[in-house]
Amino acid sequence: MASAAKRQVAGKNGKPDRKVRILIGKPGLDGHDRGAKIIARALRDAGFEIIYTGLHQTPEMIVNAAAQEDVDGIGLSILSGAHNYLLPRIVSMLKEKKMNDVVVFGGGIIPDEDIPKLRKKGVDRVFTPGTPLQEIVTYVRERVRPRK
Amino acid sequence: MYDRKKGSRIAADRKRWEEGSLAKVLRRSPERSSRFSTVSDEEIAALYTPDILGGFDYGKELSFPGDYPYTRGVQPSMYRGRLWTMRQFAGYGTAEDTNRRFKYLLEQGQTGLSTAFHFPTLMGYDSDSQRARGEVGKCGVAIDSLKDMEILFDGIPLDKVTTSMTINGPAAMVFAMYLGVAEKQGVSFDKLGGTIQNDILKEYIAQHAWIFPPEPSMRIITDILGYCSDYVPKWNTISISGYHIREAGSTAVQELAFTLADGIAYVKAGVEAGIPVDKFAPRLSYFFNAHMDFFEEVAKFRAARRMWARIMKERFKAKDENSWKLRFHTQTAGCTLTAQQPLNNVARVALQALSAVLGGTQSLHTNSMDETLALPTEQAATVALRTQQIIAEESGAANTIDPLGGSFFVEKMTEDMEAKAMEYIRKIDDMGGMVAAIKRGYPQREIADAAFHYQRLVDAAEKKIVGVNCYKMDEDLPIPILKIDENVEKKQVERTREVRRKRNTKLVKARIEALKDASLSGANLMPVLLDAFREYATLGEVCDALRETLGTYTDPAMF
Repeated sequence: MASAAKRQVAGKNGKPDRKVRILIGKPGLDGHDRGAKIIARALRDAGFEIIYTGLHQTPEMIVNAAAQEDVDGIGLSILSGAHNYLLPRIVSMLKEKKMNDVVVFGGGIIPDEDIPKLRKKGVDRVFTPGTPLQEIVTYVRERVRPRK
Repeated sequence: MYDRKKGSRIAADRKRWEEGSLAKVLRRSPERSSRFSTVSDEEIAALYTPDILGGFDYGKELSFPGDYPYTRGVQPSMYRGRLWTMRQFAGYGTAEDTNRRFKYLLEQGQTGLSTAFHFPTLMGYDSDSQRARGEVGKCGVAIDSLKDMEILFDGIPLDKVTTSMTINGPAAMVFAMYLGVAEKQGVSFDKLGGTIQNDILKEYIAQHAWIFPPEPSMRIITDILGYCSDYVPKWNTISISGYHIREAGSTAVQELAFTLADGIAYVKAGVEAGIPVDKFAPRLSYFFNAHMDFFEEVAKFRAARRMWARIMKERFKAKDENSWKLRFHTQTAGCTLTAQQPLNNVARVALQALSAVLGGTQSLHTNSMDETLALPTEQAATVALRTQQIIAEESGAANTIDPLGGSFFVEKMTEDMEAKAMEYIRKIDDMGGMVAAIKRGYPQREIADAAFHYQRLVDAAEKKIVGVNCYKMDEDLPIPILKIDENVEKKQVERTREVRRKRNTKLVKARIEALKDASLSGANLMPVLLDAFREYATLGEVCDALRETLGTYTDPAMF
């Protein structure tokens, strides 16, 4: 993993030239990482820089990794039913670290009725099962910008 | 079965048919697709004829049900004698909630129990651990101590009902608690029948609920093999599981190959631990996935039986016929269910279940239609059980043995599956066996590649999923969803703390020290675990102690 300091920030036309960095995380104890891994690959193939946390991460571990790697977006996959606790916890820890501009999105087994509550708590977007990869790639491309 | 001379005539006839009547039709209207393949993306021919089987030998490849190599089934009478066990996986909330669901399912005609534990239990944490926040009772039942286990099986006689328990990292611990409940019920261990999944290699490959590194985990497993062969002889000690390998995105061949390679690793470990192969091998069982491609699945089950028989007889020189027989449980494929138009899942499950029955399964779980949304409601669980009962009682599928045996297509596919899976097993042997292959990340990588390949095919609509990439609807008909009460966590945490307050703490500490000593000395862990749980040591305390002596395992985080 390239460290933040080594990254190219200045680019042509005054636009940052560096790759957008996305952390893909698996918070909680469930081991279902098929979706997380597929999305990590699809985003990498689409040109993003991907940091994958691996399994069984606490909110603290994810937020620390996000800070260390200086990421622009965080994609979280949960299939255990613990999303109502874990996702808002991660968002509020990011706020505590003054990382409000990191875009947090999620997916997994998340009932429709929970989605508005999660959005209200700062989860930017929740993808439900069956979402085509291209839709997620397009979303990240449009929504996640390099942080200054 | 097939005369070679006749075979060559059929080949010639087929050529004539292909160039004649078939070609004529294809010129007028071409086939729907330029290439047909299974859900695992194995190419399928337009037509299978006897000549394709070459020197097929009925006696060698099929023989008779109950006879080596068991391609047609492990029992001579199969379902004409007794139907498969209907064993629905259940578990949520507290032990009381799950006990209620168990009793309900038994009343509805289910014939065995199967327990789903929540993630903190699967990972060896108590419900009041920081790691358990938000997870308690969500994906299974919370079991922290013998107290919970007593409630879970309250009113269920353990000498009459067999129970399967999906537990791997802490399999020895949960099994010890189960033995503790048997003691309390006055049931002697030799009367106990049931299964612990206890398949740690599959955890590193696919399911990912582990505690310790591979080597100490394998040692705990051989402790269980040794202990059960002496004291719990009717217990199925490992349910070697392809299910999760498939759910993680493997192909059918990979599921078959990696699962049998895991089986080989366990048999090898048992033999190396000094247990005679015929003493423990008959109590090993298998667990497969019934995925969406009907014939591919039937072929997979048949190939699995034949391969295992050959492996046990030829490679491990087992003498007892029961060591050769691959008995298996099947679960329909959770990953094929869709959140879109969830009622369609009933049809998917029915077809998958039928493939398991035609493949000769010994027990079956049919998924509920709502499982891509949450844990099953009582109604959805009932429909799932009824699906099995309809196959058993109405469809006629259970009235003859291996009705697809002799199908040119199914036999050819069974042969091909065996050949391709053996190729994988040879590769794993060359790497030094499954433990070494896992450390290299080999099966993990193969599965991730297959999962990604399949997703690409779905996104391109080359593999169709009704309601997802074809026949879509703007608005799905909503179905009821089971909600886990947020108070479950509070209630469970309180109970565990009360257990800790009421027990003899000094004694518990001494038992945990004894356990640590045994873990370092290499003594069999089962008796010391049982001692600790009898005094109401908690699962988390026991696992923490062993984390200290045996170490922990972390995911290599590759994608």
